[in-house]
Amino acid sequence: MAAIAIEHLGKTYADGTRAVTDLNLDIMDGEFLVLVGPSGCGKTTALRMIAGLEEISEGTIRIGDREVNNVPARDRDVAMVFQSYALYPHLTVHENIGFGLTLRKMKKPDIDKRVREVAEILELTDHLDRKPRQLSGGQRQRVAMGRAIVREPQAFLMDEPLSNLDAKLRVQMRAQIARIQRDLGVTTTYVTHDQTEAMTLGDRVAVMRGGLLQQVGPPQTLYEQPANLFVAGFIGSPGMNLISTTLTVDGGKTTFGIGDTTLEVPESVLHQRPALRNYAGKQVAVGIRPEDMEDAEIVGDEPGATLTSVADLVEAMGSDVMVHFPVQAEAVLTEEQKQLVDETGAAVAGTSGTVLVGRFSPRTRVYVGQPIKVRIDTARLHFFDLQTGKSVWD
Amino acid sequence: MATATETLDPTPDLNTSGTPSRSIATRIAGRLGQGTVQVILIVIAVFWLVPVFGLLISSLRPDTANSSSGWWTALTAPSQLTLENYANLLGESTITSSLINTVLISVPATVLVVLIGALAAYALAWIDFPGRDWVMIGVVGLLVVPIQIALIPIAKFYGATGLFGTITGVVLFHVAFGLPFAVFLLRNYFSGIPRDLLEAARMDGGTEWSIFRRVVLPIGLPAIASLSIFQFLWVWNDLLVALVFADPDSQPITIALRGQLRQFGSNIDILASGSFISIIIPLIVFFSFQRYFVQGVLAGSTK
Ligand SMILES: Nc1ncnc2c1ncn2[C@@H]1O[C@H](COP(=O)(O)OP(=O)(O)OP(=O)(O)O)[C@@H](O)[C@H]1O
Ligand SMILES: [Mg+2]
Repeated sequence: MAAIAIEHLGKTYADGTRAVTDLNLDIMDGEFLVLVGPSGCGKTTALRMIAGLEEISEGTIRIGDREVNNVPARDRDVAMVFQSYALYPHLTVHENIGFGLTLRKMKKPDIDKRVREVAEILELTDHLDRKPRQLSGGQRQRVAMGRAIVREPQAFLMDEPLSNLDAKLRVQMRAQIARIQRDLGVTTTYVTHDQTEAMTLGDRVAVMRGGLLQQVGPPQTLYEQPANLFVAGFIGSPGMNLISTTLTVDGGKTTFGIGDTTLEVPESVLHQRPALRNYAGKQVAVGIRPEDMEDAEIVGDEPGATLTSVADLVEAMGSDVMVHFPVQAEAVLTEEQKQLVDETGAAVAGTSGTVLVGRFSPRTRVYVGQPIKVRIDTARLHFFDLQTGKSVWD
Repeated sequence: MATATETLDPTPDLNTSGTPSRSIATRIAGRLGQGTVQVILIVIAVFWLVPVFGLLISSLRPDTANSSSGWWTALTAPSQLTLENYANLLGESTITSSLINTVLISVPATVLVVLIGALAAYALAWIDFPGRDWVMIGVVGLLVVPIQIALIPIAKFYGATGLFGTITGVVLFHVAFGLPFAVFLLRNYFSGIPRDLLEAARMDGGTEWSIFRRVVLPIGLPAIASLSIFQFLWVWNDLLVALVFADPDSQPITIALRGQLRQFGSNIDILASGSFISIIIPLIVFFSFQRYFVQGVLAGSTK
């Protein structure tokens, strides 16, 4: 087991595609680190560079205290689980799992012993003599895991190992991977584009976008203190509500408006985010998590923290109720939308009105078309600079 | 890579064969089409098999019977059938030694082509080296070079090096002219192997050699089996190359049989039984390899 240190890592493909830029990451010994980001952001590329399957354009990777830039994949002593599982079709489950050991010239009885131990953990004992084509998707996935585990490598690398499974199996396997990783304590780098998977699995989560690392930290930190607009929108489901508004400082009060309503920024927030004072009279992006909104019928309303609107869509989820409602406020454009506006000069629909999503308690009696009062937990508001996209702190 | 798997996956697509969305007319047309194809196939098979069957009967009839009446008469009088011809044939030293020569030519010419072809194909498909694409273009270019063009220069070369008239010379020629097709066929097959599979083997600690031997070769078995049969039959049945490069000591069975053909009529007993013996071995090769034609060796490896 070993730590992985990535410094100034960069990758430009032969065709000139810039896939990863200046990536710095320290993955601690035994840590479960999840790389997450939208499709095409360079996660797989980064992982493959650690694996040794892709040449490194710039920077260094160290596994343990060895720089591995020029070490071929087979000598890096890391195991990889592929999204496609990549099982050897002509070999049985037993031979598949033991393949790495066979190549390392381990003795037959020793291989057999270790394969059986691993099969036990993964509940594959009954299938050891089968070929991959005789297995279900979930079993194939476990064989792929077994092949990695049996080698007792310095580190595991996993590229979206669960994305081919159905939703229920995915949740089961997710728990199993978490358990196995904890038991074995092997340093693990896990790639996914699913933020739920990232949040539930990772000791720490690294969010990437367009080849650049956006933020890395424990899941809760990413959730509560997103470093920028992108992380704020990416982490959490449904995502954070983001609207652009003007901050007004009047006497001792700092306020902003959403439609006709004026909301007040509490002292505690101003204290946490001293830099907010510099935005007096300027545009900022305000972020509100869905769960920081509640039906005022339940928690009572309070001036300066309550919005009025009309319920547009009500989704009962059982444990909570998602209520969509429009407000007269300008939405924050994502980078992609901005680009579209820049390129085409087209106006993006809905800039004058925005639909917010609140996660209400199941006790709410809200129905579609009903005028509602929404109480906002203003102590948990997020603020971002509209130009840089960065979170406003100090 | 998923596409490669799909194309090799033998699982019949149950939806295309009987979905109600296909109109009845289309289905009838389909049935009729299949029926017609089968009838044509049967006609062709009969057309080919009758002479072969005749040859088989002739090979089992005494020389005298063959010269006095047609082979079909044996159908009503099976008592005349005998193994005498085969016994005589195996006593004939030109036939037996040329049969051995054929084996000595065909086996190495097949094994070498498959071995060298597979190694080259793996390199061309999966190992990055400068000029790889140019080598591949060269190989494809060689595919269209007809054998006749090379006969005279190589005969001269063999004459100068002492290879002329030797079995080695014939084998080398077959290997040289078998390789372009072998490389072409195997490279295309190997490059259909999902990349993940080879990378998984690399992560598992595989060297190029062990990846080749333990992953690429077993997965490539159907292509290798087809190639082996093609190459073996081609060399086994070759007359042209042997006519140019072999001498009486190294001549294969095709030349020996052709020698008998000159005096056709009197030698029908040797010709018929000799032909049959020379068919048997390719048949054995064919049937022993055909179990590798199972499609979909890749099924289940990915996803
Ligand atoms: N072999 C290659 N040659 C050129 N460009 C490539 C190559 N592989 C990937 N890319 C490009 O590099 C970028 C990053 O790709 P990568 O596969 O790392 O994305 P990803 O984050 O894993 O996405 P996904 O979630 O879709 O798997 C993409 O723009 C992709 O098109
Ligand atoms: Mg990927």
